[in-house]
Amino acid sequence: MGIMTIDGQAIEFTDEPNVLSVIRKAGIDIPTLCYHSELSIYGACRLCTVEDDRGKTFASCSEKPRDGMIIYTNTPRLMRYRKLILELLLAAHCRDCTTCIKSGECHLQELAHRMGVHEIRFENVREIQPIDTSSHAIIRDPNKCILCGDCVRMCDNVQNINAIDFAYRGTDAQVIPAFNKKIAETDCVGCGQCRVVCPTGAISIHTNIDEVWEALADKNTKVIAQIAPAVRVAIGDNFGYAKGENVMGKLVGVLHRLGFDEVYDTSYGADLTVVEESKEFIERFTSGEKMPLFTSCCPAWVKYCENKYPEFVPNLSTCRSPQQMFGAVVREYYKDPEKNEGKKIVSVSIMPCTAKKEEILRPESYTNGKQDVDYVLTTTEIVRMIRKSGIVFDKVEIEAADVPFGIGSGSGVIFGVTGGVTEAVLRRLQQGHNRVDMESIKKSGVRGDDGIKVLTYNYNGREIKAAVVNGLANADKVLQQIKNHEAEYDFVEVMACRRGCIMGGGQPVNAGPRTRKARMKAYMIQM
Amino acid sequence: MRIENRMQLQLWREECKEKRQKENCCILVCGGTGCLAGGSDKIYARLKELTSNMDHVTVKIGEEIAHVGLKMSGCHGFCEMGPLVRIEPYNYLYLKVKLEDCEEIFEKTILHGEPVTRLMYEDNGHVYQTQEEIPFYAKQTRLVLRNCGHIDAEHIEDAMAVGAYESFEKAVFEMTPEAVIKTVTDAGLRGRGGAGFPAGRKWSQVASQPEKIRYVVCNGDEGDPGAFMDRSVMEGDPHRMIEGMMLAAYAVQAQEGYIYVRAEYPLAVRRLQIAIAQAEEKGLLGDNILGTGFSFKLHINRGAGAFVCGEGSALTASIEGKRGMPRVKPPRTVEQGLWEKPTVLNNVETYANIPMIIKNGADWYSRIGTPQSPGTKAFALTGNVKNTGLIEVPMGISLREIIFDIGGGIKDDKGFKQFRSVVHPVDVW
Repeated sequence: MGIMTIDGQAIEFTDEPNVLSVIRKAGIDIPTLCYHSELSIYGACRLCTVEDDRGKTFASCSEKPRDGMIIYTNTPRLMRYRKLILELLLAAHCRDCTTCIKSGECHLQELAHRMGVHEIRFENVREIQPIDTSSHAIIRDPNKCILCGDCVRMCDNVQNINAIDFAYRGTDAQVIPAFNKKIAETDCVGCGQCRVVCPTGAISIHTNIDEVWEALADKNTKVIAQIAPAVRVAIGDNFGYAKGENVMGKLVGVLHRLGFDEVYDTSYGADLTVVEESKEFIERFTSGEKMPLFTSCCPAWVKYCENKYPEFVPNLSTCRSPQQMFGAVVREYYKDPEKNEGKKIVSVSIMPCTAKKEEILRPESYTNGKQDVDYVLTTTEIVRMIRKSGIVFDKVEIEAADVPFGIGSGSGVIFGVTGGVTEAVLRRLQQGHNRVDMESIKKSGVRGDDGIKVLTYNYNGREIKAAVVNGLANADKVLQQIKNHEAEYDFVEVMACRRGCIMGGGQPVNAGPRTRKARMKAYMIQM
Repeated sequence: MRIENRMQLQLWREECKEKRQKENCCILVCGGTGCLAGGSDKIYARLKELTSNMDHVTVKIGEEIAHVGLKMSGCHGFCEMGPLVRIEPYNYLYLKVKLEDCEEIFEKTILHGEPVTRLMYEDNGHVYQTQEEIPFYAKQTRLVLRNCGHIDAEHIEDAMAVGAYESFEKAVFEMTPEAVIKTVTDAGLRGRGGAGFPAGRKWSQVASQPEKIRYVVCNGDEGDPGAFMDRSVMEGDPHRMIEGMMLAAYAVQAQEGYIYVRAEYPLAVRRLQIAIAQAEEKGLLGDNILGTGFSFKLHINRGAGAFVCGEGSALTASIEGKRGMPRVKPPRTVEQGLWEKPTVLNNVETYANIPMIIKNGADWYSRIGTPQSPGTKAFALTGNVKNTGLIEVPMGISLREIIFDIGGGIKDDKGFKQFRSVVHPVDVW
């Protein structure tokens, strides 16, 4: 609690963790490359350096606000520092900006432009490193890495995987998997959160755009799309809509214009998952076998469980994820010659998630030896396709998703946010479906921002104890509790990404706290 | 034999002292880096050959009592003039000794106690008979380095004979941990790593932490170009530093300690290993030390040559097996250091100061040096001075005295141009 003076403005602060947060509260977008409010403080980039009234400079990210502090954020000295820091970073950076996948969304590019770095006086002496394309989820280009460590801390602090870390010393330092392995050879679960925080093009999505363009252009194919719940509240970010606005109708229209023959809603698949999973839950709840039941909709979580807690694999629900339920249904439905019109069916899912790209390749994602879903496009990739096509998103008429799989319940839609699966299952178990019953589920503690939520629900006189978890480090905590018999649950929902799929690894980047709130809120009105 | 109580310790110390007194001649060949590079190991071997092959030698040489007679000591300090050989009880210091000088030294000095004048320090026609008279030494105040070059660093008995573990004995039997901290605080000892943080305050901060598992860590990652003060202590008088760490451990009630040494100091590592093993064997380290119930274990960690690991949080990360990278503070090392436990992290020289403070009291110590920073400081004097080497001077001494009186002035009597101080930049920052 106190008041500090920032550039002559008196700013009150309460529980802000650092001076940087107070500066941002004062309406100054102080540049950072290594600071993320969700991650541990690293203090490496020094761009947030400020000056106090005695001329002392310090990094504002790692300084606690104190009452009476007087600081300046934009003195000529600081501006000179920032410019030089960026110049030095760029000196050892692959500067092929025009052809870089991150161009236009690159934080480094943006800051270099903002700080007026128009010339690099130093020779680039870094050796060219090979690009790692081994993972189906992400691509790692070490030549674009600036060693900010954001990905390392995300993989460690939030996801508890540690697939990548710093290696080598000094000017040879790199962020790579241990022993110079390829990403695919590590415990990487493909969640893509590293790519979300990467300020440059060093970690990007392994795209399948070209394959889909080809399928769309092919007259002998019928391209079926399914749109995941979380895509609709995020894609609008890129087309000038308010943060979190649901633009499903527009998106369906755009996909039709792009040439997708049928556009469906993955919420339908989610509804199928709820039906199956509720049934499985009641069976296990009654028999007491393989308890607690773990959800299996999130492929990054499933892989994490397999990698780190193989003893808990039997606890995973045997249900397919909504994407895979949907994929199987589409495959089956279009076997009918009347439906497929003699064309080859190409099943494409539009997902907020990079791990879904790996899920479609898992053995259980095949039916009779055939892959159910052919391609996964993340929100970011579909944005690129729309931009490439020149279709003006805003001008496209709102359209409804196609029948018969374009209709899903509100329960299916809320799969996109943490707690959604649990809420949907509880609704399914609830006998009555009136507003009062729905309200009681909503207020059971299933909703909200926390990484671990514990709730109990009365089912036929028996208490169901559920844990709703998001973020794999949080999942690890809950698994440890269960393993050590410190807690007992009947139902455990896990989503690998913090806050669920709305913040997935394939979503548009540069999403701060406001975006998170807006995307979560968009679901609150979905009943 | 393990020592179980105070009485046994005192008896053993007397034994060690007697043994040392019985040595009617003791040859100390400098085993510091400079002298080794100058061939002091060959000189040692030659002298050993000469002294062991002749029956009428009065010097006793033997594997189990190797500390008697011929010793490979730590750095003597006068590196410019190496290889150095000191001969007690005459306190002759022979400079720039060559292999072919060994016979003469043996014949004259060892057998008959006569000096080999041509090997002695000479200035303006004056020959300095004893080491202590040489201006390079006479102008110094050697407290931390007192035993460096005077004892066999590989034998605990030799260290015991000159008073090792006396302070620990005093502290553990006569003082409370609080009293130890108070003495160090009152003495005004400031960290010798470069930042100069008061050691007593650091210790009391650790002692006041609610967490009861605590660590004592010694920073021996001396990485500054040309510096070898810590190295010389570790190589020349390891027990002094170990005792300092034990006192710190007793003061903050820590159970375990780590010494972080650069891997580029293999001799320091070896001598510390030997010292720890010998202290453990005697029961000075380990469980229930001297029957007091106080337990302290000491480990050695070798650094892999990264300069940044001299910074506290990078150093503890490195001990933990992680990449040695500094982290954002707070929490500071005293709150969450090694394994996220409260940690006393001091530098080698700081620990080496502790035993004499406990032994002689805060009052005695605070009268040396300046009121703001009492005590002495060791320096590695390198560059274009006549007498390069390892020196120890009281805090507050002028650079003029260091360069001209001890260093003997500029080489070839040239004019003074520039002085460069290498202070641990990481610590200061």
